[in-house]
Amino acid sequence: MHHSIEVKDLSFAYPDGHQALKGVSLSIAPCEKVALVGPNGAGKSTLILHLNGILMGSGEVRVCAVEARKENLGRLRAMVGLVFQSPDDQLFSPTVFDDVAFGPLYQGLAAELVHRRVEEALCAVHMCGYERRISHHLSAGEKKRIAIATVLSMQPEVLVLDEPTAGLDPRARRSLIQLLCELPMTMLVSTHDMHMVGELFPRMVIMDEGSIVADGPTEALMNDQALLEAHGLEKP
Amino acid sequence: MHIHFLDPFQPRQSPIHQLDPRVKFVLALAFILTAALTPSGAWSAYILLFALAFSATILSDLGASYVLKRSALALPFVLSALPLIFTTEGASLLDLSIGAWSLTVTQPGLARFASLALKSWVSVQAGILLAVTTPFPDLLVAMRALGVPRLIVAVIGLMWRYLFVLADEALRLIRARLARSGDAANAELRTGGSLVWRARVAGGMAGSLFLRAFERSDRIYMAMLSRGYDGEARTLPLPRIRPLQWLTLGVGLGILALLLVLAYLI
Amino acid sequence: MHSAPQPLHIPDGFLSVLVSLLFWLLTAAAVGYALRRVGKDLGDRQVPMMGVLAAAIFAGQMLNFSVAGGTSGHLMGAAIATILLGPWAAMLVMTCVVSVQALIFQDGGLLVLGANIFNMGVVGVAVSYMAYRTLQRLARGARWGLFAGGFIATWLSIEASALLVALQLAVSGVSPANVAVPAMGGVHALIGIGEGLITLGALAFLYRARPDLLLAGEERPIKGQFIWAFGLLLAFGLAVASPLASSNPDGLEWVAAQAGFLDARRASPFNLIPDYLLPGISNQALATVLAGVLGMLIVFAVTLLVAYNRRARRASD
Repeated sequence: MHHSIEVKDLSFAYPDGHQALKGVSLSIAPCEKVALVGPNGAGKSTLILHLNGILMGSGEVRVCAVEARKENLGRLRAMVGLVFQSPDDQLFSPTVFDDVAFGPLYQGLAAELVHRRVEEALCAVHMCGYERRISHHLSAGEKKRIAIATVLSMQPEVLVLDEPTAGLDPRARRSLIQLLCELPMTMLVSTHDMHMVGELFPRMVIMDEGSIVADGPTEALMNDQALLEAHGLEKP
Repeated sequence: MHIHFLDPFQPRQSPIHQLDPRVKFVLALAFILTAALTPSGAWSAYILLFALAFSATILSDLGASYVLKRSALALPFVLSALPLIFTTEGASLLDLSIGAWSLTVTQPGLARFASLALKSWVSVQAGILLAVTTPFPDLLVAMRALGVPRLIVAVIGLMWRYLFVLADEALRLIRARLARSGDAANAELRTGGSLVWRARVAGGMAGSLFLRAFERSDRIYMAMLSRGYDGEARTLPLPRIRPLQWLTLGVGLGILALLLVLAYLI
Repeated sequence: MHSAPQPLHIPDGFLSVLVSLLFWLLTAAAVGYALRRVGKDLGDRQVPMMGVLAAAIFAGQMLNFSVAGGTSGHLMGAAIATILLGPWAAMLVMTCVVSVQALIFQDGGLLVLGANIFNMGVVGVAVSYMAYRTLQRLARGARWGLFAGGFIATWLSIEASALLVALQLAVSGVSPANVAVPAMGGVHALIGIGEGLITLGALAFLYRARPDLLLAGEERPIKGQFIWAFGLLLAFGLAVASPLASSNPDGLEWVAAQAGFLDARRASPFNLIPDYLLPGISNQALATVLAGVLGMLIVFAVTLLVAYNRRARRASD
């Protein structure tokens, strides 16, 4: 069967010797929405950075049947929309338009198409008309939405988000969850927000110390008090 | 906590704001060049230059005093031209003797000094008007159109974006320093070692600022890579300049050229 | 937040047009060369790294502390940028910092921007690099080479920029060399110590937190003999030219008279005082009065236009 994300026996050590991933295997089906949870330093962010080839470890990573290798990087990065935790790092251009247009521009699209993509992406995150705004003047919730738009404009197959609700106030968080609910694509979300996990994701993957320690239906895992406690998690 | 006041741009709906940034940029540069080329002592030309700058200020809907107040910022540098008053040869106006020193204020000296100060002052007004009526991203467009290398424009764009973020961080550092130094008001009274100590504190803050900048640049680099960045600075083609804007540019340059000719003829 | 204009940023009007254009040419050549070299040193990380570091230098200029007698030490940044990024990237970073200071804060003029970039970016960086590399070689990798190099590079870069500003003012006929050179040189010798101390503090912090950032330059030595020699030449040239110029100000004044011929073309009207040019003065006064009337008419017309427009807008609301 053709999976959206397929990771087989992935291991990775940072140059300083820290072994961040130890034989991780994970498959995610098209349009599945999966939560990735675990304590800080579990290797969640490291795993995410492998999905579009920013880091390359030993093992196999495929996204939509495209293998993560040097010669595929362009295609891979267009297919995997990676949204980082801090929107201030994600939004590096002077205006919202420039930021959302960045991806399509590097995909080599014609100017007209770039404009259309920007408009569509902004409307998809309910931020139509924000093109000329300056990123610094936006609120945290607005920045987060624009950060998601910056990858939606590349029309990715898979959306990968790192801590999307961190630093948001309750209202901004609520409307972000609503937005994630609306987006149709395959989604892998690394988070500490167990409320959101219970609400939004049918499947949950728990990581600790560089390995996947549990992978299954959210409801079942949430009821396993001992498992959650062993990995520093709390039932909402 | 945000440093909005780092951004001088004042949004309005004025004709000056609506001018194409490229046209505005060129006109501001041409204005400053005209002022620089205007000969010393051409008072009538200075009056006209000021009238032009002041009219643009009124048109820009910012209030007449706004630009004038900000333009006072450049005044301290005028001190460097002060010796002109005494060293230019010509009819003497006033003799000052302080002890063994004797200084003579000459008429041409005073005239050259005043010319210089006025020229500098109207030039600063043009610069302020440009900065206050043009959003910074539009200035980047103008820079590109004027042939500034893409890499420089890209770096300036990033720099401007993170100026606010890092300035916020710097402010937090300064507040933390204030919070921890109980009698900061007495810092001046301390003896020898305190200068080195204070420099160490300031240096440490600068160092941590640079460290954060480095770490942030790593994360930005990853975010750029994730969106297909390949090391080249790519941009969309610039929109065309509309005929009315071309006309404005032509008329503006014409007026300035005329003014320059007048300055030499009168 | 932004401190008072710093004496190293020359505003418009203080340099003659010829001097301004000459330094634009020199700056364009240096920056153009740096642009070609920088890609090889930093690869595609260059844009985010230079952009954020430029922002950090800008923000770092807010961290000042008083040295003595109203002068305060704060960052110009050329030396620290050179130490962290190498000479070519540092040149571009300083170019961006100085340009943005001029564009947004009018800290330094636009027509003279070429000269300001040259003073702080090109010369500041070249001299810093020369001093820093030399001391590091002398120290043979010992720790004191890093700190002594950092301090001396900072002080020299400030002093060199200041002397160059003084010479530029002298050549433009604005301030005679025997006044400008000692004044600028003296004040900045003090300011340079303050900034040198800040640089030391920053280097000490980075050395403790991330020594790899400071040592990176040694592991992959940038081919910099050319800029090293350029820095040495500049430092040497300024060291010779400044005392020479300040003891013989007439020499530069002669240059100023030649270069500033546009200025000199027109004699000052007040020259024409008592006896010999009475007809001229009436002519001059008349022109000035006419200009005043014309200027007021322009301003008045614009004011009316704006007022009328506003009323029209309000009526249509």
